[in-house]
Amino acid sequence: MTSHIPKRLAILLLVLLLVLASFPLWGKLVFAAKFTFLLQKVTGIMILALLAMSLDLLVGSAGLVSLGHAAFFGLGGYMLALASPQYDAASLWVALPAALAVTAAASLVVGFLSIRTSGIYFIMVTLAFGQMGYFFFNDSKLAGGSDGATIYVKPTVAAFGVTLIDLDSKLSFFYVVLGALVASYALLRMLLASPFGRVVSAIGVNESRVQGLGFNPMLYKLVAFTIAGTLAGLAGFLAATQYGYVNPAMLGWHQSGHVLVMVILGGMGTLFGPVLGAFILELAHHLFESLTDHWLLPMGAMIIAIVLLLPKGVAGLLIKWTTEKEDGP
Amino acid sequence: MDFAKGISRRSILQAGAIAAVGASGFVPTRFAIGNTAKVKIGFLLPYSGTYAALGEAITNGFKLAIEERGAKLGGRDIQYVAVDSEANPAKGPENTNKLVTGENVDFLVGPVHSGVALGMVKIVRETGTITIIPNAGAGAATGPLCAPNIFRTSFTNWQAAYPMGKVAMERGLKNVVTMSWKYAAGEEALAGFEANFTKNGGKVVKQILVPFPSDEFQANLTEIASLKPDGVFVFFAGAGALKFVKDYAAAGLKSIPLMGPGFLTDGVLKAQGEAAEGILTTLHYADALDIPENKTFRAAYAKAFAKEADVYAVQGYDAAQLMVQGMTAVKGDATARDALIGAMEKAVIKSPRGTFTLSKAHNPIQDFYLRQVRNGQEVVLGVAEKALADPATGCKMG
Amino acid sequence: MDSWFFLIQVLNGIQYGLLLFLVASGLTLIFGIMGIINLAHGAFYMLGAYLAYWLAGMTGSLIAAVLLSLPIAALVGYVIEALLVRTLYRRDHLDQVLLTYGLILIFNEAQRILWGNDVHGVAMPTALAWSVKLTETLSYPAYRLLLSAVCAVLAVAMYLVIAKTRFGMWVRAGASNRDMVAALGINVKLLFGVVFAVGAALAGLAGAISTPISSVAPGMGDSVLILCFVVVVIGGVGSVKGAFFGAILIGLADTFGKVFVPDFASFTVYGIMAAVLLWKPKGLFA
Repeated sequence: MTSHIPKRLAILLLVLLLVLASFPLWGKLVFAAKFTFLLQKVTGIMILALLAMSLDLLVGSAGLVSLGHAAFFGLGGYMLALASPQYDAASLWVALPAALAVTAAASLVVGFLSIRTSGIYFIMVTLAFGQMGYFFFNDSKLAGGSDGATIYVKPTVAAFGVTLIDLDSKLSFFYVVLGALVASYALLRMLLASPFGRVVSAIGVNESRVQGLGFNPMLYKLVAFTIAGTLAGLAGFLAATQYGYVNPAMLGWHQSGHVLVMVILGGMGTLFGPVLGAFILELAHHLFESLTDHWLLPMGAMIIAIVLLLPKGVAGLLIKWTTEKEDGP
Repeated sequence: MDFAKGISRRSILQAGAIAAVGASGFVPTRFAIGNTAKVKIGFLLPYSGTYAALGEAITNGFKLAIEERGAKLGGRDIQYVAVDSEANPAKGPENTNKLVTGENVDFLVGPVHSGVALGMVKIVRETGTITIIPNAGAGAATGPLCAPNIFRTSFTNWQAAYPMGKVAMERGLKNVVTMSWKYAAGEEALAGFEANFTKNGGKVVKQILVPFPSDEFQANLTEIASLKPDGVFVFFAGAGALKFVKDYAAAGLKSIPLMGPGFLTDGVLKAQGEAAEGILTTLHYADALDIPENKTFRAAYAKAFAKEADVYAVQGYDAAQLMVQGMTAVKGDATARDALIGAMEKAVIKSPRGTFTLSKAHNPIQDFYLRQVRNGQEVVLGVAEKALADPATGCKMG
Repeated sequence: MDSWFFLIQVLNGIQYGLLLFLVASGLTLIFGIMGIINLAHGAFYMLGAYLAYWLAGMTGSLIAAVLLSLPIAALVGYVIEALLVRTLYRRDHLDQVLLTYGLILIFNEAQRILWGNDVHGVAMPTALAWSVKLTETLSYPAYRLLLSAVCAVLAVAMYLVIAKTRFGMWVRAGASNRDMVAALGINVKLLFGVVFAVGAALAGLAGAISTPISSVAPGMGDSVLILCFVVVVIGGVGSVKGAFFGAILIGLADTFGKVFVPDFASFTVYGIMAAVLLWKPKGLFA
């Protein structure tokens, strides 16, 4: 499924992307007073979508279900908090590579230890490492403990003393995040189309066969795990930049579970599915909460309905629709 | 989400009951010109999960105070918007933003959870939205992160624990074990107790911190039994407080006096039953407080919500009182920020807990009562610390 | 005192472990036989506790409440299996995870609607409200000891059922090879329904009988869920024996972690699990 996207679906996704990218234009007209908030909300959802997409590389392609993925998300955020001087701005050119390097290193270590297990055991080992990360920031005085840490000034994006992008501008930040999302999608898509990606996808289908063909699945899994973890770190870095606040809860299993739900709901192994999943879950939450105090009820019902009615998530439905039309008379 | 719905959501405020109490409240005398739009108040409180009862009580208390005062703020009608904080700190800034930027609220009331509070404070320090914290006791909110637009009508964790330090020594409990969950609120509370306790010559034999939110205490109770201290001081609340008190009694430790901030028994006293007998607590409120304001308040609350009021309801009630005083001073003109904030700073709140004022850091300067559970009732033994102010370390305001 | 102190802590650990076993055993059964990662297991624990609280208030007897809440929890489990879970057997396992996640939300909201947000406690039955004196300052509540005994008896009973009965044979067959069960001509639908109901009832029972020594509060199921998974995975999925030893191990690790390495107490449970799985990637008794 990952290798081929029906043409009609590709067009549909492009249209959706255009709708999203032009949101700052039409959103202002449609939502008027609420526009600024929705711009931030959509930016926040795109960050979660990036996180979900990175998890999909593990869950959907390599068959590695991680319940500790948020640990790298939180770590990326904490790296910004730690790299930022208290009343001054960190430079993006320093803070971002540092954050990515640390999350990459952390995911390499966690991945190295975790990929020895599989199935539910892998879920639980990653959960264990995730919780250890959570408690590390919760218990230590390094960055505010359970109260979290504040980033007072957003990182600067400058070259030769000239500010290139002002991250304080909500509009600029929207496009920065959109750019990160699209670039990550393109990167992952290319990766999966490459020989490396084909092996990773094959591992998700039948690992022993891959081994029989002379590949070392461990190595491929580890690389996939590290790439996914680093992208999660990027998402966390962006999340910390958006509101200037990090908290241990970013690393906890609730967050990991929430993102996993986005991936399954949206459709595993499709990369764009988890992005849709993030939007559906977050917007549904927003909608249900404004309708009723008992918002958990419609939320739970919606999730169950999607599971029962859409076997391969929302993406599965889209793929079915578009291919049926292509094959049709 | 309009006001009528806000009411029906909690399905509680009975107009008749309120009208009756409303007569004793105060009615705004003038309407400001050009201020006919509704005042928008945003609640960022937990309505689901472990802390849902607190969110409910604060909302009830707040709305009760408003209804008693003619259902208006400075002459203007009110619209409530509620967001479920889920007590999730990771979502604190976003949920705050939803109310502040999305709903453009005039006032923000919340939260319960300290972690959420710090994320919220980060946002409202930038937007300048006038915010009243009706529970979260994180010292930083009225400490290093204090701001002209941030007020609190509850307590700081330090404040709630500090008075017991002296009480313990007065009662001859010289060697004490302290215990809490390992999180900022617990550590701040234990530090408050220890400061006062050691100042008066006491000695903390051991500080025990258990992972939050673990409620398996047996191992640590065994440890306490083997240390044989003169007393035990703990900071727990809600479900954890209920379980700790029951376990403590069941482990046969009742011969060692148990102390703590009042959250140890508030709201869970009935469920704790006999196990709570004799527990000493300090708090800025007590259900049984014998002052007219409290009696009127409790009667009105019970009538409106068919439920007993608790300290959280009082904190919500006083958040509304503070807001009313500010808005009355500016005749409903919420854009007159300086005057509004000035009036709120000078407010004298006739609270069910007793009259209190605000410190320069915008935290209550209030009496802390010494209370003890006797025959299943919380009995007020007296005032443990009069007009106690949080030291507000790091606050550069005022 | 030191050896006494140590022994009492061992007792604490085992006692806690036995309680964990009771909650986790249903989870491992469902997982082993049906291959379902049932996230709603904690919700059944909560259901049992709330039912016990509610029924104890109505009947005035905890024992009656526990006995009544058992069949209710089992029935709810059976109905959920028949209506929802059954439709997903041919699907990816993660679809079932998502389904049971949705169930958690619904259970949590139902709890709020039915019983409100307050924290409740259930009084200890007066006949059991005494304790055994262990040291000058410490005694052990009889109810905790009784609870341990109940859990131990259940563990033995489960062992016997699984080792000696036909039902147990299916369970063992299911745990090792699910397709074989069907090949043996067993009514898989019925077996799965019963297993799910039994699992729900076990979680409900654990929730119900622990009410006198715990608190009945919103969200109580969520915190117990993760610990259950830890226990199940350490022991080896599907193995009741594994769940038993896994539970005791976690009980002891948690107890000793809190006392001897308090600064790292948050890490002990997860550290032990990670260590076990790195040593034996499929749990201790797989």
